[in-house]
Amino acid sequence: MIIRWRLAAAVCGLLVTLTGGIAPATASADGPATAGTSAETSKDAPKVDLVLDVSGSMRARDIDGQSRMSAAKQAFNEVLDAVPQEVRLGIRTLGAEYRGDDRKVGCKDTRALYPVGPVDRTEAKTAVATLTPTGWTPIGPALLKAADDLEGGDGARRIVLISDGEDTCQPLDPCEVAREIAAKGIHVTVDTLGLVPDAKTRTQLSCIAEATGGTYTSVQHKDELSGRVKQLVHRTVEPAVTPVPAKGTDSCERAPQLKPGLYTDRETFGEHRFYRVDVRPGQELRASVSIAADRAVNDDYGVQLRASTLRGREIVRGEATGDGRTDVLSTGLRYPKADDGGVAEDADGEPVPETVCLRVSNAFSAPASVKTEPGLPVELSVAVVDGPDAGADAAFLGLGHGWWFLIALTLIGLLAGVLWGWISRWRVTVWRTH
Amino acid sequence: MAVATSARRCLSAALLAGAALFGTAAAAPAASAETPTPTADAPAPTEAGTSFRTATVIRPGQQATAQASTGDYLYWQFPADAGQGATVDATVELPGADARHGESTWQLDVYDGLRRRQACRYGMQTRTAAADADTVELSCTLRTVRADAEPWSNDPLPGAYYVRLTTLHTASADAGLPVEAAVTATTTDAGSAQDVDGSPAAPLVQGSAARPEPDGGWSSGWWSARWLWTAAGAVLAALAGIAGYRATAGRGRPPHVPPSV
Repeated sequence: MIIRWRLAAAVCGLLVTLTGGIAPATASADGPATAGTSAETSKDAPKVDLVLDVSGSMRARDIDGQSRMSAAKQAFNEVLDAVPQEVRLGIRTLGAEYRGDDRKVGCKDTRALYPVGPVDRTEAKTAVATLTPTGWTPIGPALLKAADDLEGGDGARRIVLISDGEDTCQPLDPCEVAREIAAKGIHVTVDTLGLVPDAKTRTQLSCIAEATGGTYTSVQHKDELSGRVKQLVHRTVEPAVTPVPAKGTDSCERAPQLKPGLYTDRETFGEHRFYRVDVRPGQELRASVSIAADRAVNDDYGVQLRASTLRGREIVRGEATGDGRTDVLSTGLRYPKADDGGVAEDADGEPVPETVCLRVSNAFSAPASVKTEPGLPVELSVAVVDGPDAGADAAFLGLGHGWWFLIALTLIGLLAGVLWGWISRWRVTVWRTH
Repeated sequence: MAVATSARRCLSAALLAGAALFGTAAAAPAASAETPTPTADAPAPTEAGTSFRTATVIRPGQQATAQASTGDYLYWQFPADAGQGATVDATVELPGADARHGESTWQLDVYDGLRRRQACRYGMQTRTAAADADTVELSCTLRTVRADAEPWSNDPLPGAYYVRLTTLHTASADAGLPVEAAVTATTTDAGSAQDVDGSPAAPLVQGSAARPEPDGGWSSGWWSARWLWTAAGAVLAALAGIAGYRATAGRGRPPHVPPSV
C-alpha cells in the first residue's frame, strides 16, 4: 500500500516538475552581445574629392533661375559647412583655366583647387568663390588626377563628380578611365551628378558611376544638389569593411590559400577562378561571392560558386541566375565538415584540416562593343565557424506537437493503465486461489 | 482510499501545471509576435547602404527611410531567427509625374546572410508604376527560418537578411531623379509546428561591417513549444493510465493481508 502510494506520488511529482520546470527555460543569447561593428573596419580617415566641372557651359542660367555655376558654388558652401570632422576633403576643378581653342591644352586643364586634407572651411570657400566658368570638359583626365589625390591610407575613398556636359576630350573615354581606376583595387567609388543633363551626358555619367559601383543623380534644383552631395560625403563616414585583394588562379593546385575574410578579385566573362580554404573537422566553411556587372551586360546571366575536394569531387555548390538590370549577382554555400573522429593528426596532435577548393565562375556575356578587360569585380567573403549541431530528427529534439499527438499519447496511456490493471487483477486472483 | 486521494492530488497538481503551461504557451507566441522593442528609442535609419558590405541595419518592425536617386541600389539588412517568418514591405515615392517620362519597374529582392537570393512565398516583388503613379508598393514574405538545413538546400537559416530595392527598367530620361524609399521588415513567430532539430553554431552573418542581432540576442536553440506539447501529452497519458488502471484493477489486495503473503 505504502509502496504504491509512494510510487504514485513520485510519478506525480516527476510530472509536475517536468511540466512546470521547463516553462521558464526560454531562449538565451549565445551570440555576440552587441550589435556593434566588426573589427575589420578600416581605421584611416575617409577621403572625398569633389570634382567640379567649370567648363563654359556652366554659365547657363537654368537651375531655379540661377546659373549652374552659382548653384554649384552655393551647394559647395553648404556642403563645406556640413562636412564631418573626420573626412579629408579636397576640391578639384576641370576646365577652369584654359580659354583657348587648342584641344590638347584644354584637355589637360584640371587643377586641385583645394588639396585633400582636413577642411579649413574659410579657405575652401574662398577658393570656390574665385571660380568662373571657362573652358573644356576633360572628365577623364580629371578623374585620373582625382584618383591620385586620394591615394594613401585604407579609409573609404570617394570621388563626387559634378558636371553639366559630355566629356570633350575623346578618344579617352571617361567611362573606361573610371573602370581602370576601379580595377586598380584601391576601392574608389565615383558618384556622378548631372546638372540639367541631356541624354548623352546622362549616359556617360551613369556609365562612370556604374563602372565603380557609384551612383548617378540628375539634378534639376539647387537644394537637390547640396542635399545629395552632403549625403554622399556622409556615406564615406559609415563604417565599411575593406576587402583585401586576392588573385585566384585557373587551377586548384596553384590557387591562393585564403583565411577567413573579405577579398576582391577580377574575373573576365566566362572565366573560372580557384581559391583554397582550410577547414578542420567539426568546422563549417561559409563562403559567398558577388560578381558585379560594372558595364553593359546581356540580359540573362549566372554565377556559380563550387566547393570541391583537392581531387575534384564536388562537395556543394551555390548557384544564382538573374536577368535585367543589376549591380551584383551573388550566391553562397555552406560546407559543414563532419567530425567523425577518424581523421589524421599532425605532429602537434591537431587534426589535419581539409583543403577545400572554391571555384568562382560566371555566365555573364556582353555585346561585342563592350570591353572585357579588366574583368568583372568579384567580392568573396569567407568564414569558418564551429560546425552545426546536425539534427538527428526532422522535428525539434524529436519532440511532439499537435492534437493528434496528445490523443495518441492519451490513448496509449489509457491502454497501458488498462493492461496494468488487468495484470494486477490477475495477480490478485492468482493470490486468492492460492 | 489512500490511492484515490493521491491520484486526486496528482490529478489536480498536474492540471494546475498543465493550465500554467498552456497559459504560457498561449502567451508566448503573442509576446514574441509583436517583436518587443526594448531599445525602441533608437531612431529609425534615414540612410540606406549601397552594397552588401554597407547595408544599413534595420530592426524588425522599424520603418527605415532613404533619399535616393532613381537607379540607385539600396541595401538594408535585418536579423531573423529560427522559427520566425519575415515579411519585407517597401514603398517608393516616385518623383512628380511632370518630371517623369514613362513608366518604371521596381523590384525588391531579399538575400540571406550568405547572399543567396531567397524566394518570396507571396507578395508583389516586382511592380511597374504607371507614368503618373505617385508611389510603388512592394512586398515579400519569406519562408520560415529554420534552425537547421542541409548544406545543399537553400532554406533560410538564422542570420542577417539583406533587402535590395532598385529600379529594373525606367525611361532613360528618368534616371537619377530623386525618389524616397521606405522599408519595413516584420518578423512573426511561425509556431512550434515549424521547429526543426539541430542548430547552426553561429548565425549567418558575414561580409558586412554591421552585425545585426535580434533584440535579446540569437536564440540558444533549446526552447520550443514542442516541450509543452510533449509534457502535456505525458500528463494526459499518465492520467489516462491511472484511469485505465482504476477501471480494471478492481479492489486490489485486501488491506488486512500482510504484504509478505
